[in-house]
Amino acid sequence: MSRKNVQVKIKELNTTAATIKDLELSIGRLVTETWTEPMGPTPFPSIATLREWDHKLLKRYKPFYMPYCDVCCLCTFGKCDLTAGKRGACGIDMAAQQSRIVLLACLIGAATHTAHARHMVEHLIEKYGPNFPLDIGGLNIQVEAPVIRLVCGFKPKTLGDLEEALDYCESQITSLMSATHTGQEGSSIDFESKALHVGMVDHVGMEVADIAQVATLGFPKADPEAPLVDLGYGTIDIQKPMILCIGHNVVPATGIIDYLKSNGLYGEVEVAGLCCTAHDITRYAPKAKIVGPISWQLRFIRSGLPDVVVLDEQCVRTDCLQEAQKIKTPVIVASEKNCMGLPNRTNDPVDAIVNDLLEGKTTGVLILDPEKIGEVVVRTAVKVAPNRQKFKAIPNVEEIIEGAKTCKKCNDCRRACPQDLHIMEAVADASTGNLNSLSNLYDACVGCGRCENACQMDLPIHSYIVKAGEKKLKEEKFKVRSGRGAIQDVEIRNVGSPIVLGEIPGVLAVVGCSNYPHGGQEVIDICKEFANRRFIVVTSGCAAMTAAMSKDEEGKTMYEAYSGAFEAGGIVNVGSCVSNAHISGAAIKIANIFAKRNLRANYEEIADYIHNRVGAVGLAWGAYSQKAAAIASGFWRLGIPVIVGPHGAKYRRMLLGRKDKDEDWNVYDARTGDRVYVGPAPEHLFYAAETKEEAMVMIAKLCMRPNDTTKGRAVKITHWIDLHKRLYGTLPDDIHLYVRNELDIPITMKDEIRKILKEKNWKENRIPDPTLLPRMIRKKKEEA
Amino acid sequence: MATAEPWQKAEVPGPSKALVITKPEVVVAMVKKAKYPLLVVGHEAAETEIEEKKLLDYAIRISQEGKIPLVATAHTVGEFVKRGFQPAASMPAVDIANRLVDPEWKGIDGNGQHDLAMFMGITYYMEWVIFSGLKHFGQNLKTISLDKYYQPHASWSFPNLPTQDWAQNLEVIINKLGGE
Repeated sequence: MSRKNVQVKIKELNTTAATIKDLELSIGRLVTETWTEPMGPTPFPSIATLREWDHKLLKRYKPFYMPYCDVCCLCTFGKCDLTAGKRGACGIDMAAQQSRIVLLACLIGAATHTAHARHMVEHLIEKYGPNFPLDIGGLNIQVEAPVIRLVCGFKPKTLGDLEEALDYCESQITSLMSATHTGQEGSSIDFESKALHVGMVDHVGMEVADIAQVATLGFPKADPEAPLVDLGYGTIDIQKPMILCIGHNVVPATGIIDYLKSNGLYGEVEVAGLCCTAHDITRYAPKAKIVGPISWQLRFIRSGLPDVVVLDEQCVRTDCLQEAQKIKTPVIVASEKNCMGLPNRTNDPVDAIVNDLLEGKTTGVLILDPEKIGEVVVRTAVKVAPNRQKFKAIPNVEEIIEGAKTCKKCNDCRRACPQDLHIMEAVADASTGNLNSLSNLYDACVGCGRCENACQMDLPIHSYIVKAGEKKLKEEKFKVRSGRGAIQDVEIRNVGSPIVLGEIPGVLAVVGCSNYPHGGQEVIDICKEFANRRFIVVTSGCAAMTAAMSKDEEGKTMYEAYSGAFEAGGIVNVGSCVSNAHISGAAIKIANIFAKRNLRANYEEIADYIHNRVGAVGLAWGAYSQKAAAIASGFWRLGIPVIVGPHGAKYRRMLLGRKDKDEDWNVYDARTGDRVYVGPAPEHLFYAAETKEEAMVMIAKLCMRPNDTTKGRAVKITHWIDLHKRLYGTLPDDIHLYVRNELDIPITMKDEIRKILKEKNWKENRIPDPTLLPRMIRKKKEEA
Repeated sequence: MATAEPWQKAEVPGPSKALVITKPEVVVAMVKKAKYPLLVVGHEAAETEIEEKKLLDYAIRISQEGKIPLVATAHTVGEFVKRGFQPAASMPAVDIANRLVDPEWKGIDGNGQHDLAMFMGITYYMEWVIFSGLKHFGQNLKTISLDKYYQPHASWSFPNLPTQDWAQNLEVIINKLGGE
């Protein structure tokens, strides 16, 4: 499919039937594709097209709402008190209001990814032309865009084709946004269905963004051996001028790298990134470095290392400009979405802009031309570096001690801290010269700086913590595998069978942000545990960085010690936020490539397949953002469960199954049409765990699927029980719900499990060919 | 000094706020009045020390003295079992909350709906939203926070208390629950 923009004008046409004058015909799109697969039932689905599927999921996984507060304050009727059954002036109740908030969060996330994709595609079309081919893995990738193919029903071949998918995303996001207006949707379940719809749309937008940049920018193409790149504060060469890029959109950074290369400066100037831009810079230029996840912004800027700070879009601290001023570092903003109040100098000469920055006439500028950004940033960094001398905004030890002595001990710092860290006590210790307590806060601190805002004495408490933890900071030297992009078709073929049959115990996607409850070590522990158990561990975004931040006895990070292939025991970094589409894409490709289910516009059937057969689970242990909500929602619609950490409870809605309600866990046997009880597998669709231990046990449990073979189920039960025994100190009390017949019982646990089954009056169940869709029942065809 | 404002200051709940437990006898009276109370205990109970004991030990005594079934959340069940105490159930915090808002649920041991749920030992911000869910969707359910920080979405909560005062309050509750 391609846009042709054909226009035909006929001034006058005389025929025997009629005379036509001033006919003008405009064709915006021509279908020129060669994809022979028949069109499925739901191309470009609108809001209600997949509503029935959503309602099936939501009947099993009912929303449990946990509002932040009692009121709605979205219109001038309000504030309205919605407490315990009250309705607002518009008639809305609390359940609908909370689901509206969920939808809004997912919309913000999807709009962000889609706008990012639109900017990316327009820029790349301008640079490479609309006919640039979408090669994202050579012969290893035949299904280049599984999400677009599934949702939209077409096969994109060129950059220009991606605009069709973006048109669709934008129209859906606009319609869905309108549903959140006062006096539109009133049903919480239909709000939830819309949230699932926008989640699906989000994955289309993410896929567009990533395959566009992979195809054009020389990123690793589905490469299990993508380069190992540097990560951490300690990897930065402080002798060199340093450019820090923060955000998610790599386009401005490509301008910087290109300028460095074309002027013989590549390697002479440090280019490092924070958050997902960091991933994508290293995919573009492996000599670039990753400082760390989103929460490192304050600590790294205040360290004084950056000579220029470049801000693009998403997850950028909105006070970066003020923070950069503290270290006398100019700021370049590079996105219309994030102008920071700075003057637009896009059309000014480079010399003039650089001079103004060097002379301090302006603290920063907005430039929307990536090539100009490259020149301005590099020239400024090179010239400003000798003057700045890495001027930092971190106090020395004496200053901390003196500052700490002024502490009023009001404890407001702790009461503002999202982690409830014992800051006041640590500051008190510091006043005596002992900085150990402050240093101990370093790992769990999420770097938000709320302690400083709360402090009645304006103490720079976060800087105190960073200074106290300076040794740890400087020792942060790690290797992370650069984002590989998609999963190869051949990898899918190799693991499709063992995943679907349950012999690979599961696919764990460790994704999302760094709002961890107790620091990043928990993510490292989880990744290592499940890779060692021969799960496939896929990572992306900030979580992928965190997973790199420890070393084994041989001094290797997980990415050095484990395979980067999509195989049992692999640690597979797909890349940045938008690369998450490759994870849903892998699940979709299992249904398509391994199981040969039709892909084209066949969403419901593929989701039904994944939900019942593909033992995949997402873990967003530090999810904080609206984008994370949208990403999760896209997985939910495919029937893939997602676990979040305790902060994720603040998303205000869980999707929880009820294992005590047998009737919720019946499926159709596609062979016979019989309704068959399959147990609560997977038990939940969205769920916040209280502790790492709870999450680990639940990961193993949520990988069970109705279609597991007995051998596969026995393997999965083994992992689940083994983890439960180790982390809970007991056997699970619901084993009987997951044992379908004698052969499901792990051979090493037969005695203890049989005893439980006897106590629970367990009865054997059959293993069906599971589906939630009546139309998938084959009996009628066979009879005919 | 005890104060009745959210421990995390930005957690402002709205028009409906928890009544402050000024005397521990209030809790005892609520439990005795309830037809079928429940005690939910999270992982922090195994970590929080109160005068050389763990919060978990207080939870066991409350459960035993008040004959209140106890639900252990997260991975806490093992710590109870180590002390020779078998909780009535072990399940995730959001799971027990989800059941408590279901008017058709028959209770933790099938004997009937719970009309009072007391919570302790769950991380403040998580417990905050769980109490909110129960406040808005739990029909005929009263909730009590037994933690040392004010939880405004509960029906009743201690104010922010010094540890010593908190321990004394818990001791009074335990002693009086066992009495006539």
